[in-house]
Amino acid sequence: MATVSANPVIVAHATEHDHHEPQSFWRKYIFSEDHKTIAKQYLISGILWSIIGISLSVMFRLQLGFPNLKLGFLRPVLGSWINETDKLDPDFYLALVTMHGTIMVFFVLTAGLSGTFSNFLIPLQVGARDMASGFLNMLSYWFFFIASVVMFSSMFIETGPAAGGWVIYPPLSALPQAHKGSELGMTLWLISMALFIVSQLLGGINYITTVINLRTRGMSFSKLPLTIWAFLLTAILGLISFPVLLSAALLLIFDRSFGTSFYLSEIYIKGEALPNVGGSPILFQHLFWFLGHPEVYIVILPALGMTSEIIATNARKPIFGYRAMIASMMGIAFLAFIVWAHHMFVTGMNPFLGSIFMFLTLIIAVPSAVKAFNYITTLWRGNIRFTPAMLFSIGLVSFFISGGITGLILGNSALDIQLHDTYFVVAHFHLVMGAASAFGLLAGVYHWFPKMFGRMMDEKLGYIHFWLTFIGIYLVFFPMHYVGIAGFPRRYYAFTSYDFTKNIFADMNAFISLAAIFTFVAQWVFIYNFVNSLIRGKRATQNPWKSNTLEWTTPIVPGHGNWVGEIPAVYRWPYDYSKPGAKDDFIPQNVPYSQTPESNLPHENELISLESEIEAQNLNDQFKQPH
Amino acid sequence: MSELVNDISIAEEPQETLSMNPRKFIMWLFVVSIIMLFAAMTSAYLVRRAEGNWLEYDIPAVFSYSTIVLVISSLTMHWAYLAAKKDNFPSLKIAISITFVLGAIFLYMQFQGWVELVNENVFFVGNPAGSFMYIFTGLHGFHLISGLVVLLVALIASFRLRIHAKSLNQIEIAATYWHFLDILWLYLFFFLVYFH
Repeated sequence: MATVSANPVIVAHATEHDHHEPQSFWRKYIFSEDHKTIAKQYLISGILWSIIGISLSVMFRLQLGFPNLKLGFLRPVLGSWINETDKLDPDFYLALVTMHGTIMVFFVLTAGLSGTFSNFLIPLQVGARDMASGFLNMLSYWFFFIASVVMFSSMFIETGPAAGGWVIYPPLSALPQAHKGSELGMTLWLISMALFIVSQLLGGINYITTVINLRTRGMSFSKLPLTIWAFLLTAILGLISFPVLLSAALLLIFDRSFGTSFYLSEIYIKGEALPNVGGSPILFQHLFWFLGHPEVYIVILPALGMTSEIIATNARKPIFGYRAMIASMMGIAFLAFIVWAHHMFVTGMNPFLGSIFMFLTLIIAVPSAVKAFNYITTLWRGNIRFTPAMLFSIGLVSFFISGGITGLILGNSALDIQLHDTYFVVAHFHLVMGAASAFGLLAGVYHWFPKMFGRMMDEKLGYIHFWLTFIGIYLVFFPMHYVGIAGFPRRYYAFTSYDFTKNIFADMNAFISLAAIFTFVAQWVFIYNFVNSLIRGKRATQNPWKSNTLEWTTPIVPGHGNWVGEIPAVYRWPYDYSKPGAKDDFIPQNVPYSQTPESNLPHENELISLESEIEAQNLNDQFKQPH
Repeated sequence: MSELVNDISIAEEPQETLSMNPRKFIMWLFVVSIIMLFAAMTSAYLVRRAEGNWLEYDIPAVFSYSTIVLVISSLTMHWAYLAAKKDNFPSLKIAISITFVLGAIFLYMQFQGWVELVNENVFFVGNPAGSFMYIFTGLHGFHLISGLVVLLVALIASFRLRIHAKSLNQIEIAATYWHFLDILWLYLFFFLVYFH
């Protein structure tokens, strides 16, 4: 910071721009263009959606675990979806799994995760006053909000919400007469998702532009925190894949509402032939999974990025293999686009093509393993501080490994014939994508809560939350692998009608359901902690985790424009923890090498001569350009 | 050793971060998302066509004429940009107005193309070969309307003399988007001619 005050001209120049008119309540908290407010809006929406999404899963777990249970007590919530015999309506069961998947994948782990942390951290960590376009950013949230309202309202209509699974395969989803959930609920689903895609594109375009154009002086790509690399690659994945989902959805909308035959051909329904000819339902699967597969990386990459940051900070060690981490994320992002057909091995695909997709799929194990190794080697002999955020990050690594291993099994086209659409798949993706990125989200909330709200979250409650959740999730999903290997198909209302499932695993399913309820209840510890800390939490200090990245150089609660005065320049990478010879065990990115002669390596002494060049650069302060 | 050190410092020469106006960059990313939308559509077309049961029909001639109109509008758009660069305001106003009118004529001709298709008994509902034709022209037309809106904003700005040699961002964005929509149509047109 000394360099900043050493140049009084620039400081004076900067402060004259600090004045800003007081904003009305609506502009400040509701239709805000400030990235921090929008991030909080996304976070709150994400938390509300996750409560809804997980509650739905508890409801269908009750049905699966206790098929004879009288569910009359749910009637106040579900109304006539509980039928006269106090049983869950089988149609509504399908709607429950569909909405659980849609909500968790898109509304919680895409919007809630990327929306919160890309918005919050990108400007703060690259050293920008705000996003490239505050207006588009605001639009992004409000499109998401309208999408949320439409999706939420679809749960209260008479025919119920969409029920074709979150993948909405036609012809089931294309024919309103095929199923209750393919009527108005499906239409609302498609409208909601179209709005959601617009929201994601607006947000993603903003993230990419901000990272590329609005970095502060000295913040080269080789000095970017891994969080920002992850958010950037996530946004690129979204930019390329969401338009494809929009195409797929558009064609489905035309099939449903205008009578075209893109996905429909020669179908008899209730003994009557439909007029549609010449469509191909497999075409939809290709288009859907071209988004669908990158989508799982859109969900997990931000979590991996934030975890890299949290693990390095709390292990007090530089991240192991910074460039390898970037390269492996790029590798994952690239491979994400050429493996989609591994979701379609049993669609009658040419086995030779299947082998190619199998080969490409298994290659993803390489960059994923590089990342897992790098996390473990960063932890190795570190001076580890077990904060709640750190525990959740280590939990993520655990899930990423144990869920990733089963990916190797499912990626084999031959093994997939047995395991396709069984609970083995459910267990696999819930561990590697669901639980892992949920842990990334929770780790992020615990870690950046002080920066968001100026208060600390309670650590003890954080530990309790972690251990209950970590154990609970393994208790849910580990036994599920066995259920899947035994051949239990997913999305079935009950297993009591089939010989091969009649008398086995009823106890295991009951156990899984109990564990799911246990894990759900444990989340209320977090909700309580979150709300309580908002109001009564200990006041945060400026840099509570002794971290290196730029967001911790802002005021404790950063105002509009983030930094008072000039934006700091950046001289070093973000992982100078426990550097030999240094006074403290961390050296923030804005400390020049000229101030740390005791810890500089030979080549870093050479970089001192470049510091004046960095300082002479364009301030890149968007508030000083006409906008 | 010292040589090695020099190499490193050369490699890490600090670079200016701001290389492009963020708004222009945002526009380019929009273009990427539109490209992906049509890439998905055209590859869906190819996948579906490869399965057979494909309706053969003649593409109405009016689509060829509309293509020529759109290419000319791209040329006048470039004329407008050059005029703005030279602060030649009368030419700028004329050129940008012509571009706008040509864009509107193009849309009308596309609509006439649909009328011709209906006369040929190629309907939106029916064999996907025909449906795709309507989808491509319709989606492109939708984007062209958005291009006309961008163009209209630039047109109003140019009549209020807000576009000049020192303030070119607006017309550059409008021009790039317009040229993109032109190239996109050329791609779709030749794609449809070649694979219909």
